[in-house]
Amino acid sequence: MYMYILKRLGLALLVAFTVSAISFSLLFMAGDPAIAIAGENASAEDIQMVNDRYGFDRPIVIQYFEWLGKAATGDLGNSWYFDLPVSDLIADRLGVTMLLGLLGMSFALLLAIPMGVAAAVKPNSLIDRASLFISVVGQAIPSFWFGLILIVVFSIKLGLVPASGSTSWKHFILPTIVLGYYATPAIMRLTRAGMLEVLSADYIRTARAKGLSARKIMFKHALRNAIIPVISLAAVQMGFMLGGSIVVESIFALHGAGFLAWESISRNDLPTMQALILIFSMFYIFFTFLADILNAWMDPRLRIA
Amino acid sequence: MTDPILTIRNLTVDLPEGGDRPHAVENLSVDIAPKEIVCIVGESGSGKSITSFTTMGLLPKALKPSSGEVIFEGRDVLKLSAREHAKLRGSRMAMIFQEPMSALNPCYTVGDQIEEMFEQHTSLSKAERKARTIRLLDEVQLPDPERIYSSYPHQLSGGQRQRIVIAIALALDPALLIADEPTTALDLSTQAQILHLFKELREKHSAGIMFVTHDFDVVAEIADKVVVMKQGVIVEQGTAEEVLNRPKHPYTRKLIDAVPRRTGSVNAHMAEKHKVMEVLDLNKTYHSKGTMFKPARTVHACKDVNFIVHRGETLGIVGESGSGKSTLVKCLIRLEDPDSGSVIIDGSDIAQFTPKLLHPYRKSIQIVFQDPYGSLNPRRTIGDQLVEGPCNFGENRAHAMERAKKLMKIVRLEEDALYRYPAQFSGGQRQRICIARALMVEPEVLIADEAVSALDVSVQKEVLKLLNEIRDEMGLTVLFITHDLRVAAQICDNLVVMQNGEIVERGTVDEVFGAPKHDYTRKLLSAQPGQGWVVPDIAKLPPVDPALLESPMGAF
Repeated sequence: MYMYILKRLGLALLVAFTVSAISFSLLFMAGDPAIAIAGENASAEDIQMVNDRYGFDRPIVIQYFEWLGKAATGDLGNSWYFDLPVSDLIADRLGVTMLLGLLGMSFALLLAIPMGVAAAVKPNSLIDRASLFISVVGQAIPSFWFGLILIVVFSIKLGLVPASGSTSWKHFILPTIVLGYYATPAIMRLTRAGMLEVLSADYIRTARAKGLSARKIMFKHALRNAIIPVISLAAVQMGFMLGGSIVVESIFALHGAGFLAWESISRNDLPTMQALILIFSMFYIFFTFLADILNAWMDPRLRIA
Repeated sequence: MTDPILTIRNLTVDLPEGGDRPHAVENLSVDIAPKEIVCIVGESGSGKSITSFTTMGLLPKALKPSSGEVIFEGRDVLKLSAREHAKLRGSRMAMIFQEPMSALNPCYTVGDQIEEMFEQHTSLSKAERKARTIRLLDEVQLPDPERIYSSYPHQLSGGQRQRIVIAIALALDPALLIADEPTTALDLSTQAQILHLFKELREKHSAGIMFVTHDFDVVAEIADKVVVMKQGVIVEQGTAEEVLNRPKHPYTRKLIDAVPRRTGSVNAHMAEKHKVMEVLDLNKTYHSKGTMFKPARTVHACKDVNFIVHRGETLGIVGESGSGKSTLVKCLIRLEDPDSGSVIIDGSDIAQFTPKLLHPYRKSIQIVFQDPYGSLNPRRTIGDQLVEGPCNFGENRAHAMERAKKLMKIVRLEEDALYRYPAQFSGGQRQRICIARALMVEPEVLIADEAVSALDVSVQKEVLKLLNEIRDEMGLTVLFITHDLRVAAQICDNLVVMQNGEIVERGTVDEVFGAPKHDYTRKLLSAQPGQGWVVPDIAKLPPVDPALLESPMGAF
C-alpha cells in the first residue's frame, strides 16, 4: 500500500511538472508578450523597455525555471490589469470557490448516492423512475437558466434567501444547489449501475447465505464495491466544479476564482490566467491522486502497483 | 435410524408464466439424516439448485414455493418470516457454492469474511472470534492460517478460496450443509482434496449434507443416498449402491450410460501414417517486467514441446490449469507468437511466418472453444457466421451456403438453423454449430479446447460421438485439449500429459492410463473420483419396470 501511494505520488508530481511547463508556455503561445503589454503600435524603444522590465528576451528555459522557483514560493508575478500580486488576488477569491465547490460536491453526493442506491434496490419502481426523471432534468437544464429560476422563485417571490453576494451562509444555498445539481445525474446513474451489478454478484448471495442482516449486506458488502468507480468520477467532477464554476459565480455575483478567470481572459491578463490554470490543474491532480488512494484503500486488488 | 434433520414434503415451486414448464420443482420429497450425504443429481435445468435455494430461502424473487413443506429442526422454513429464516441461515444451515472465484467479496480479507459469521450470530469477543476463525482455517487444512487470515481473496487459488467458503459454512457448526456443485470449477487434484474434506466433515460434525452435482463419479465417491431429478421431478431415489449399480428408471440409466468409461476406445482408422502436423521444440516464456518495486517474473508456459499428429489421429493434451495447454494452443493457431521452435504443416514452418504469409495457413488449423455461449456472436445468424470464414478465403457466398447446409446435416441440425440466431439453441446444439463453423474452411487439424467441458454428460456424450464420426468420415485430425481424464480416454488415440509447460508423459491411452510412468500422471489418475465404482453395463440390467414408463417422465 505504501509503495502504491509513493508510486502514485511520483506520477502526480510528474504530471504537475508537465502541466506547469505547459501553463508557462501559454505566455509565449499568444505571441510576443512584450508586444502584448506595450500595445500593437508601440515603438521599438517601448518594447525594449518592457523587455528590460520583465526579461522576456532571455532564454525561455531560464525564464521558466525562474517562474517555477517563484511560483513554488508563492510569488506568481503581478497582474497586468489589476497591478496587484497575482497570489494575493487569487488568495482573496479562492476561499469562496473552494467553499462553493465542496458544498456543491457534498450536495451532489448526498442527493445522488442514496437515490442511486434506492433505484438499484428496486429497479423499475416508482423511486427508480423518479430518480431517472431528476437526473434527466439535471442533465437537460442549463445551469444559468436553473440559477435564474431559483432566484426568481426563492429570492424574489418568496424572499427566503438572498439572490447575490457571499457575506453569509444563506448566500451559498442557491449556488450550491445549482452547482451540485449539475454533477448529480452522472453520479446517480453510475451509483445505480454499480449497485445493480454488485447486487447480482455471487458474493452478495454468499453474504445472504451467511444470514447477514439486509443492512449489513447493503452497506458493507454492496455499497463499498459499487462506490469505487463513483469516487473516480467525483474527483473529476470536483476539479471541474472548482475551475468551471464561472457561470454560477457570475449569476450569483460570488467573486470567486472562476469569476477572476473570466475577468483575466477578457482582459488578456496573462500572468493571472497562467496562475489560475496552474492552480486549477493542481487541484485536478490533487483530487485524482486522492481518488486513487481512496480506491486502493477500498479495493485491495488495485493496490498492486 | 436417526430422525432426519431436513424433511422436504411435496414441495412445488412455480416458474413464472411463459416458462418452458409450469413448475421449477414439482411434488418433491426428500429426507436428510445427520451424518448423511445425499446427492441430488440431474442435468442443467433439472431443478436441483432450486431445491437447495428454497431450503436456504435464497430463491430469486420471481420464484415462489406454492405448496408442500420444508421441515428443518421441527419447523417449516417456508412459513418463517424473512428475518427468522435469515437467523437460521449461516447458523443452523449453511451453503457452499459452485464458483469459488466469485463467491467471496474482493474488498475484505477472508479472515474478516469468516469472522462476520460470529459477529452476526454470536456475542463472542473480538479475540475469541479471531481464535475461532484461525481454528477453522486450520480445520479446512489451509496452510499458515495466520497469513491466510489477513489475505484477500484475489491472493488465493481457486481451491483455497473454496476452503474459505467451506470454513464460512462450518463456522457455527450447522446441522445442515448444502453444497451446490462445490467441486465443478476445480482441478482434479483439488477436487479430490475437497471431496476428502467433505467425508471428514461428515464424521467430525454431525451435519447432514445435501450435495448437488451433475457428476456421477463424484456421487460414487461420496454419496450415501442419491436423488435423481429430471425437469423438476424426482425420477428415482435410493441408496448410492442401489442407484449407481442397479438404476431402475430409464432416465437414470441413460445418465449412467453417458458417464465416460475409463477404458480407451480403439480407433481402427490409424493405419496410414501421414504426418499432418509436427511441433518441434516449441518454447513460450512470459515475462512480467520488473518495476522499481517488483522483481521481474518469468513463467515458462511451454518448454521444449515436441509432438507429431498423423492424419485421422485424435491426440489428447491433458493437464490441470496452469499446465500450459492453453498457451500451447495459442501458439499453434498463432494467436501468440512462440519464442522458438517450429510448427510444421504441409512442409512449412508456420511458427515464424509473418501475418501475410500465415494467412493461407490460417484455415488449416481451426478451433472449437470451451464456452459455446460466448463463442458465437449473438447478433448474427448462424449462416452468416458459418460462411464468414470461407468468404474470407475468397469463396462465393452462395456456394459456401450450400456447403453450410450439408454441414448442418452432418452435425445433425436442421437446414433452417442457418437462418436463426445463437440464442435459439441449447449449449450442446451451439457446440455442434461451432464444430460446423470450424469445418467450413476444411481444416487439416481441428483443435477442441475443452470443447465438451461445459456440457451435461448426456450432451457431452453426443458431441463426442459426433466428433468421432466426423473424424472417421472425413479423416480429420483432432487435437483434444482437456482436463478431464475420462473424456480423454473416450475419444483420444494418443495422449500427452502436460505439467508446468512440459510434456511429462506420452503414449497411447492404454499405455498412459494403464501403466503411468510419471508421478504426475499417477497423481492425476488417483485423484479421479469414483474409483471404486464400476459403471454397470446398462444393457445387462433387468428390463425397465413398465409402470415407470407410463409416468410422463418415463417417456424421453
